[in-house]
Amino acid sequence: MNITGSKSITVGVQSELITAENLAAGYKEKSVWEDANFSIGRGEFVAVIGPNGAGKTTLFRLLLGLQKPISGTLKIFGSPPKRGNPQIGYVPQRHIIDSETNVESVELVRLGLSGKRWGFNPFSHADRDAAYAALHAVGAKDIASRPLGVLSGGELQRIFLAEALVSNPGMLLLDEPLSNLDMRRESDLLHLVNDVVHERGVTALLIAHNINPLLPHLDKVIYIANGRVATGTPDEVLTSESLTALYGVQVEVLRDDKGNVAIIGIEEHLRK
Amino acid sequence: MAFSINLLSDLQQIFFYQFMQHAYEAGTLVAIFAGITGYFVVLRRSAFTAHAFSEIGFAGAAGAVLIAIPPIAGLLLGSSIGGLAIAALGKRAANRDTQIGIVLAFALGLGLLFISLYTGYATEAYSILFGEILGVSSDQVLLTVVAAIGILAGIGFLYRPLLFASLDEDVAEAKGMPILFIGTAFMLIVAVAVSFSVQVTGVLLIFSLMVTPAATAQYLARRPQRAIIISVIIALAATWTGLFVAFYTPYPVSFFITGIVFGLYLLVRLVRLGIRPTKMPPPSR
Repeated sequence: MNITGSKSITVGVQSELITAENLAAGYKEKSVWEDANFSIGRGEFVAVIGPNGAGKTTLFRLLLGLQKPISGTLKIFGSPPKRGNPQIGYVPQRHIIDSETNVESVELVRLGLSGKRWGFNPFSHADRDAAYAALHAVGAKDIASRPLGVLSGGELQRIFLAEALVSNPGMLLLDEPLSNLDMRRESDLLHLVNDVVHERGVTALLIAHNINPLLPHLDKVIYIANGRVATGTPDEVLTSESLTALYGVQVEVLRDDKGNVAIIGIEEHLRK
Repeated sequence: MAFSINLLSDLQQIFFYQFMQHAYEAGTLVAIFAGITGYFVVLRRSAFTAHAFSEIGFAGAAGAVLIAIPPIAGLLLGSSIGGLAIAALGKRAANRDTQIGIVLAFALGLGLLFISLYTGYATEAYSILFGEILGVSSDQVLLTVVAAIGILAGIGFLYRPLLFASLDEDVAEAKGMPILFIGTAFMLIVAVAVSFSVQVTGVLLIFSLMVTPAATAQYLARRPQRAIIISVIIALAATWTGLFVAFYTPYPVSFFITGIVFGLYLLVRLVRLGIRPTKMPPPSR
């Protein structure tokens, strides 16, 4: 079942939010991956998958301007990435928040909007209203005044999502938001991200280990492995031919009758 | 001097003495900025770092005594160098307990050497270690006013970025905020706050104003501004009461301040345990 496809084939100068040409990432001595060519359009939901250490987070660091490409060009919103781009909402891969952090959750969301401002201003109610609106959008208004330290993994991810959304970014970068979530909360969070993508026209890139729960929502997959990057619709990328070419060894992609994918041939990929 | 139940006449009696006036002035200023700075120290889990500053400051102060300059100059120099070094070590260096502990032990040893080389009064060392609020001069009070203005202005300027960087450093960094600058500036503020707090509590009891009031306040308020205000109130109450009680008893001020903040901390924790026998409201999914 392919519910995507048409959108990602559309090529228009306006609709491309990210374009990468012959892009290589890593450090001077050693590249993590190279020869990446892809483009991501406005409002697309994109999964970034691949084995540990393949360079998924490195891609995010490039987009955030925290790291420079070794070679090639990368454009985001039509210009090279720069640190502090207000168009990007970022949810990093998380360490757990200290259970003694007795600060109410809405405060973190509010800081997502006004944390950059210097000077003491305790009375900005506009910020607080915006924070509550963002919490409402992610269905977390009822935990707004709970301390960060007592929230569950799923609740925390909602707060982080609200923190990223509060400044109305055009793009969301979510680094492994699904780790530590059980299957139900995983599915809840994905529906939530999907809603945000469609309601707000936000482009979302989401790093995940297991692609199956994402498949119903995805427009595109960026598959990073073996120093290379394959991009396309899930149906284009998740085939035996494409992954065999990517890994350079024989890989087989099996599908069950629900559309779930199993990748055989790369031992560390035997997930689900 | 005898204690009476007429508080007003007691206070008149206390403020008759200039050393008590100075003690109250310096103590009030220190309680305010230690209570505020302490909130961020606790939030950033930098309590051990703050303690290290005070002990590196001890080496500085002992060195200053040795070469006959005011101890506060040595304290400021020592703790600021410590602050810059820890900030320069980079991200989350403030949590490097082992390295900080190693430097701290060496600093204490160095301080001991300076003290033993100094042939004057041994009381100098004692007052640096345990505080000498009753010996504060009017010049020192003036200097403390300057420090308080600097600390309050610094925290006021840094407030939101500091709060953001303390709660969520990765996102703050991705948003283009100068994490290293914020961390360094805060470490210097802590260094100054620690140096002046030493007047009241001494090097060894620095936690009683820099950590305990803020830690207690964190249990009582979830909004940072409220927690900061409560932290200041606790620090003020402990300092004022400590000075008051010490005036009528032969025992040291630092002990009373430490005892009061510790008692409040215990009380708050016990009360919270008592009112929360069941864990949390049902998960709100």
